[in-house]
Amino acid sequence: MIRTTPFHPRLSELNDQHLFTHWQGTLSPLRYSHAPKHEYFAVRNGVGVFDTSPLYKYAVTGPDAEKLLSGALVRDIRTCRPGQAHYTAWCDDRGYVMHDGVVFRHATDEFLLTAGRPALSWFQELATGLRVELEDVTEAYGMLAVQGPRSRAALATVAPEAETLGYFDHVPAKLAGAAVTLSRTGYTGDLGFEITVAADDAVDVLDAVLDAGRPHSIRPFGEEALMTLRIEAGLPLVDVEWHDARLTLSDADCVTPKELGLGWMLRGVRDGSRRFVGSEAIRRELVDGTSRWATTGIVVDADDWDRLYREAGLFPPKSPHPLPYESMILDEGGTEVGYCTSFVYSPVLQRHIGIARVRPDLAAAGTELRLELAVNHHNTTVRIATTPMPFFEPDRKKS
Amino acid sequence: MSSPHSRHEYDAIVVGGGHNGLTHAAYLAKAGLRTLVLEKNDLVGGAAITEELMPGFSFTTFSYALSLLRPEIIHELDLVKHGFLPLMMPSSFHPTGDGDYLLFGDDHAQNLQEVRRHSPRDADAYERYHRDLDRVCQAIRPLFDSPPPNLWGTDPEDAVDVKWLLDHLGGIDRKTMHDTVRLLTGSAQDWLDDYFEHEAIKGYHASSSIIGSKVGPMSPGSGLVLLFHKMGEHDGHLGSWAFHKGGNGGFTQVLARAAQAYGAEIRLAAPVTSVITTDGRAVGVALEDGTEFRAPVVVSALDPRRTFLELVEPRELPLDLVDNVRRMKFRGVSAKVNFALDGLPVFPALKDTVDHYGGFLNIGPTIEYVEKAFDAAKYGWYSEQPFIDGAIQSVVDPDMAPPGKHVMSCFVQYAPYELRGSDWETEREAFGDQAQAVLESHFPGFGDLVLHREVVTPVDIEARTGLTEGNIFAGEFLAPQMYFFRPAPGWSQYATPIDGYYQCGSGTHPGGCVIGSPGKLASQRVLRDLAR
Repeated sequence: MIRTTPFHPRLSELNDQHLFTHWQGTLSPLRYSHAPKHEYFAVRNGVGVFDTSPLYKYAVTGPDAEKLLSGALVRDIRTCRPGQAHYTAWCDDRGYVMHDGVVFRHATDEFLLTAGRPALSWFQELATGLRVELEDVTEAYGMLAVQGPRSRAALATVAPEAETLGYFDHVPAKLAGAAVTLSRTGYTGDLGFEITVAADDAVDVLDAVLDAGRPHSIRPFGEEALMTLRIEAGLPLVDVEWHDARLTLSDADCVTPKELGLGWMLRGVRDGSRRFVGSEAIRRELVDGTSRWATTGIVVDADDWDRLYREAGLFPPKSPHPLPYESMILDEGGTEVGYCTSFVYSPVLQRHIGIARVRPDLAAAGTELRLELAVNHHNTTVRIATTPMPFFEPDRKKS
Repeated sequence: MSSPHSRHEYDAIVVGGGHNGLTHAAYLAKAGLRTLVLEKNDLVGGAAITEELMPGFSFTTFSYALSLLRPEIIHELDLVKHGFLPLMMPSSFHPTGDGDYLLFGDDHAQNLQEVRRHSPRDADAYERYHRDLDRVCQAIRPLFDSPPPNLWGTDPEDAVDVKWLLDHLGGIDRKTMHDTVRLLTGSAQDWLDDYFEHEAIKGYHASSSIIGSKVGPMSPGSGLVLLFHKMGEHDGHLGSWAFHKGGNGGFTQVLARAAQAYGAEIRLAAPVTSVITTDGRAVGVALEDGTEFRAPVVVSALDPRRTFLELVEPRELPLDLVDNVRRMKFRGVSAKVNFALDGLPVFPALKDTVDHYGGFLNIGPTIEYVEKAFDAAKYGWYSEQPFIDGAIQSVVDPDMAPPGKHVMSCFVQYAPYELRGSDWETEREAFGDQAQAVLESHFPGFGDLVLHREVVTPVDIEARTGLTEGNIFAGEFLAPQMYFFRPAPGWSQYATPIDGYYQCGSGTHPGGCVIGSPGKLASQRVLRDLAR
């Protein structure tokens, strides 16, 4: 059965393409108009809205809620105060990443956790014996991302809290008469907010946001635009950058948080002062230096790219999908030293960029490597260099 | 830090801070030359400027969109780091004059359906048309991106260049070569008639065949103008266009920052009156106020008339060059009418949507309409029903106007530089009224939205930017004024007969539009000569 989101009745009216993907069994627009890049630029130069409701949402409440989450999440939830949110991940006992998500702390004993894939039983099993309630509230709420440099100005007219809300903070607000949670979160790497609203109020809230955004040329954007935005932001995506460690048949499909570029979440792991599921394996990885991969950004040499195509008599493509993901990365000698997991042409950077996994000794910024691709049905390689992520990080994102 | 040079001594001086002057200066500075740009106006940009004529409303006074800028310049000058941000123009809107319209977008299959809605026959013709044009563009791109060989040169390198050209031409297939010649010599109408039956579809495609040129779509030579505009690309799409963030003035500010980051110095309000020469070599320039700056390299980014007839003594130049430059055609026929609007205009058949305002808005329903508009210009008058290439830039870049308000740039043709029996000071508002009346006829109620109107005539273009006769390309796109012959036979490689004096403006190969190539190719010439 295919689900629809609480915003669907209105957003589907605004979608003149009728192109949807099935995001976790939920209708999710690929694009709303003929030009996904126009939607992309709404986020980079104006304001756009994206329906993130298909995310799973779990309410975690009770005196031991923090205890459960601090034993399950890679990032230390004890440092997340009520009114804050954390981007985080969780692992299996081998220290391989299962999922990532955002956890919103509403009170000392009250959290809302979002996840890209279902995770209720996992947390329930970990909660055995703890005074904590876990509830799947996925259908109870809609989540609307309002993203872009004008998101604050547009939202402030209907929710003044937007004016002062700090990065990854959230606040209860009233919008179109409905109680909502307004958070300074998103998946675009730009200034942006998300609104979590009870399903019954979703369309009213959406209408108010669209009205407020109209003078700012607000546009809904779909997954095609989001994909470019999130790669520019250097944000990994489950089932693209990695797979749920509990569902894979091969360890080659699994990554540790460090290998995934989430090493910054691991405070207190190396010295054993913090324990969570998988932390012991990760501690050994850190101490012994056994990471198989390092995640890095790659940027393609624009001249080399153009030359390859021009010499073949072709016009150099600069499309959102110029290459299949997971092209191999080679060193100068032609040895496979990694692979690209996401690849896109970035309009703001005017370059092809990718999220990649390379041998850890090759991850230093500026390392010159080659990316495999086919031009005119012949296998060849193009010059690339490693680079830190995010690729694109405007000051406004956090200010 | 003390400098071994005097304050007025440089390695190179660039006269004119338009986009080619800035591009050129950035390349020279990047190569390590102590470079000075002298701009006569109070801001850089030349014809690519953005001005806030009303608080919160940004007007692209003259040039208003990007396409032909060569992609390698973006990377070589690291423009992204300095704020380069081309915003996609997702659509192209062409009212057909009978209340209906053609609306093209980013989805090829949907565009085909739009063509089929008007003419089923033209749908696959549309595909063939674009394929053929793309092949021509691919074939001539190497010529576009390198200096024309000197057919009359005596240097062994000239022979190498000529051989390269002949080999390249020899590698072009028969059909593409023939198509190329048809475009370069024929009319847009003849070319389009071979593909399409529907008048509005032909009219739509003909719109780029007359831009900035004293030709109608039925004139031989309009095919060349069409082809030139198709040579552009944006993010990997041939012939597609973008608005730069903040208008083309935003773009030239980016170029200025890049040039300065490489060490170039830019002086504003510094009009150069002459190039100083000693023993037949350029050694510096003199400003209007008598200030002199010295450099062994002086590069004019001005148009050929000013470069050869004003900045230097024509007596110092070969007679045939002077003759050619005097004969060169600069007949400006383009004007701008820019509006600040209280809201979006309403096209009756597309109420409640804004998607048709995401790009160019063409008022020139059929070839016949545009040709009639041209008729007036032949006899020294402006079109009663002009062709308008409009763009409501604030739809794509909301920062161009206050929330809910809009700016609309209208390129209006034909408006001949010289009017028979009147002058532009007298006709300015009547001309603006006529353009506005045409908009009113397509967008009823348009006049009620107008908060401010700016009419920029060819005389204004000349006075403000220095472009002779207001010709936006610094010399018309006519076959005898292109490639080997731009700006004059034997002088198409950026040097001049005066040692140390060079040219890098749109009057040199490949030509006008915000393209950057003249600036870049000229810098290669200067640096090569210095290395010798």
